[in-house]
Amino acid sequence: MSAVVFAHHQLTPTERLRDAGWIAFVALILGIPLIGLTTVDVGGRLAVDTRFGLLAMAVVAAFGGRLVLRWAVDHLKGRKLARQRAAAGNAGGRAQQVVNVLGWLALGASVALPIVFSDNRYVVDTATTVLIYVMLGWGLNVVVGLAGLLDLGYVAFYAVGAYSYALLSTQYGWSFWEALPVSGALAAGFGILLGYPILRLRGDYLAIVTLGFGEIIRVILVNWTEFSGGPNGISSIPRPSFFGLEFTRRPAEGSDSFASFFGLEFSAMHRLIFLYYLILVLALLTHVFVSRLRKLPVGRAWEALREDEIACKAMGMNTTNIKLSAFAIGAMLGGFAGVFFAARQGFISPESFTFTESAIILAIVVLGGMGSQMGVVLAATLLVLIPEFGRNFAEYRMLLFGMAMVLIMVWRPGGLLAHREPTLRLSADGKAARGGA
Amino acid sequence: MAYALQQLINGLTLGAMYGLIAIGYTMVYGIIGMINFAHGDIFMVSAFIAITAFTLLAAADVTSIPLALTFVLIVAIFFTSAYGWAVERTAYRPLRGSTRLAPLISAIGMSIFLQNAVQLTQGARVKPIPPVIEGGVELWSTPAFTVQIGWTQLLIIVTTVALMIAFTWMITQTAFGRQQRACEQDRGMAALLGVNVDRTISFTFMLGAALAAVAGVMVTVYYGVVDFFIGFLAGIKAFTAAVLGGIGSLPGAMLGGLLIGLIEAFWAAYLWAEYKDVATFGILCLVLMLRPSGLLGRPEVEKV
Repeated sequence: MSAVVFAHHQLTPTERLRDAGWIAFVALILGIPLIGLTTVDVGGRLAVDTRFGLLAMAVVAAFGGRLVLRWAVDHLKGRKLARQRAAAGNAGGRAQQVVNVLGWLALGASVALPIVFSDNRYVVDTATTVLIYVMLGWGLNVVVGLAGLLDLGYVAFYAVGAYSYALLSTQYGWSFWEALPVSGALAAGFGILLGYPILRLRGDYLAIVTLGFGEIIRVILVNWTEFSGGPNGISSIPRPSFFGLEFTRRPAEGSDSFASFFGLEFSAMHRLIFLYYLILVLALLTHVFVSRLRKLPVGRAWEALREDEIACKAMGMNTTNIKLSAFAIGAMLGGFAGVFFAARQGFISPESFTFTESAIILAIVVLGGMGSQMGVVLAATLLVLIPEFGRNFAEYRMLLFGMAMVLIMVWRPGGLLAHREPTLRLSADGKAARGGA
Repeated sequence: MAYALQQLINGLTLGAMYGLIAIGYTMVYGIIGMINFAHGDIFMVSAFIAITAFTLLAAADVTSIPLALTFVLIVAIFFTSAYGWAVERTAYRPLRGSTRLAPLISAIGMSIFLQNAVQLTQGARVKPIPPVIEGGVELWSTPAFTVQIGWTQLLIIVTTVALMIAFTWMITQTAFGRQQRACEQDRGMAALLGVNVDRTISFTFMLGAALAAVAGVMVTVYYGVVDFFIGFLAGIKAFTAAVLGGIGSLPGAMLGGLLIGLIEAFWAAYLWAEYKDVATFGILCLVLMLRPSGLLGRPEVEKV
């Protein structure tokens, strides 16, 4: 490679202008039907309204934006090339160390967060949402990142978990801790039920069937009113208790509430902080569980399957069982997250389990860098915070969200933390050595 | 019996539209092996363009229906193919050659972006237009039920058949068709033999968008209402149709579309209308279990 020198063509100003002009022209064509023209309701009939001023602004913005962007990209590319030439070393190992340090820092920060923001409801709430997505991302990571099975209906298992807890608790009075394992098992059961017939499908066929399954679950939840409450959902789902201590202002006769037991002033924040730590613990358990699994034969089998299915078959591995185990474990983790979600919201409806949700979870896994546990954390934080920061201009937040998904993918096609450490590698002296997780 | 015939007509109309959208999915899949999730939203954009164009024509007092339809079709096809081109250029081309999932995520992002862009610029409310073509022919009249095929339905079916013929001719007979098929078989080899692969892929996207544009105009004419969310379900159904027919196969996409349309119409008419989507996906699962490469798809050859 070092013998090949790439001539780096420097664009002349004329070329830059022409390029930006072309982009502005495209923006004009694309903008005419959507920005330049719009239909408005005038007395029950539609009438066309023109917004050529806005269109002109958009075109000028496209022109200027392209000019600046192109210049910046060329500039950065030049610097990157120079840097690569200077240091063509093993950045991989160092990157892994940096990621590990970051992981511990993130853990420390997440433990400290509710202490620092103990009276800021919004921060703790948002952080809880981030952690739910982290957990979902880690669960889906088993299916997509490790086993390489594209699942577009992951939200179905999340829904199964949430609805089983909601029904078990409201109908049969089960507590959170009793319902948690059962709901997880139910979700895993659904995973096996779905997985068994379809896992011999490959790649995109699998994707569309899982997508269909997700939609089927949602449609059933919407329409089977006696069972799921239909579009109204299920409300007043009991909240989890702290070893039997409720988070209420006035505990029932003869029992203690969390606040009275510890002699604290009652505060609504206690429950939020408890929920936060609960999901933190659940997420960390998921992380430890998945990292351990990766080092077991079944985890190695998943990764082998992802890399080459035919080779796996040739080695005599039972690919169906391996796929099923990945599917079931992913589903179970999704189910756990669903239970927590139902317990935290106190209200669930099919609205929360749309395809967009599946897409967001998948995006977290892929944006993070498939198979990378830290990447999931990073991507989940980003994808939850982008719409949150966009709240000030609320109507643009999903627009920004979609744009960010495209841009991050184009910028880093392998995901934010694309570097993947092999679980096993040969060391210099030929012996097998353990790599990082 | 008469009722069933009516459902057959309705199902065929619906299926023709699904088929047109499905061709866009199947062509893109055939050539670059990705699910173009934004395709349903391209279709939605075209429906909005059609609404604007029809309203413009109404304001300009154009009353001739054939003239109006031709104008709207041309406008919609032009702008929608521009969208198809731009989507490929910005979201997919930079990702060509990376992992299989990267373009999928960027496509989902593009789909969210397009939906929200339309919602922002055109408004979130449902847009109705007055019926463009009214009336139809009575095919068969029994005392209990009259079977009617609307002019719109007839138009949709005829246009779809005509488009399919033109399209088949284009793929099998023209230079572009040969290049397209060459890229589908082996992009690297096609490039070595002097096929401009980038341009062929761009053109494939534009062609898919153009067919979606026709479907968009038809939906506008047929239902008379459009909102920014129609792309999602139509896209999923059309993709299901493409998979059902065997993804990568053009006649398969059309067949899959018709089947999905018919299943939906009959299921909604005779069983539970609420569960028609469940039926669609259920049948898809069944077909894939029995024939994993779809009805008309070639079985994938695994090479080691």
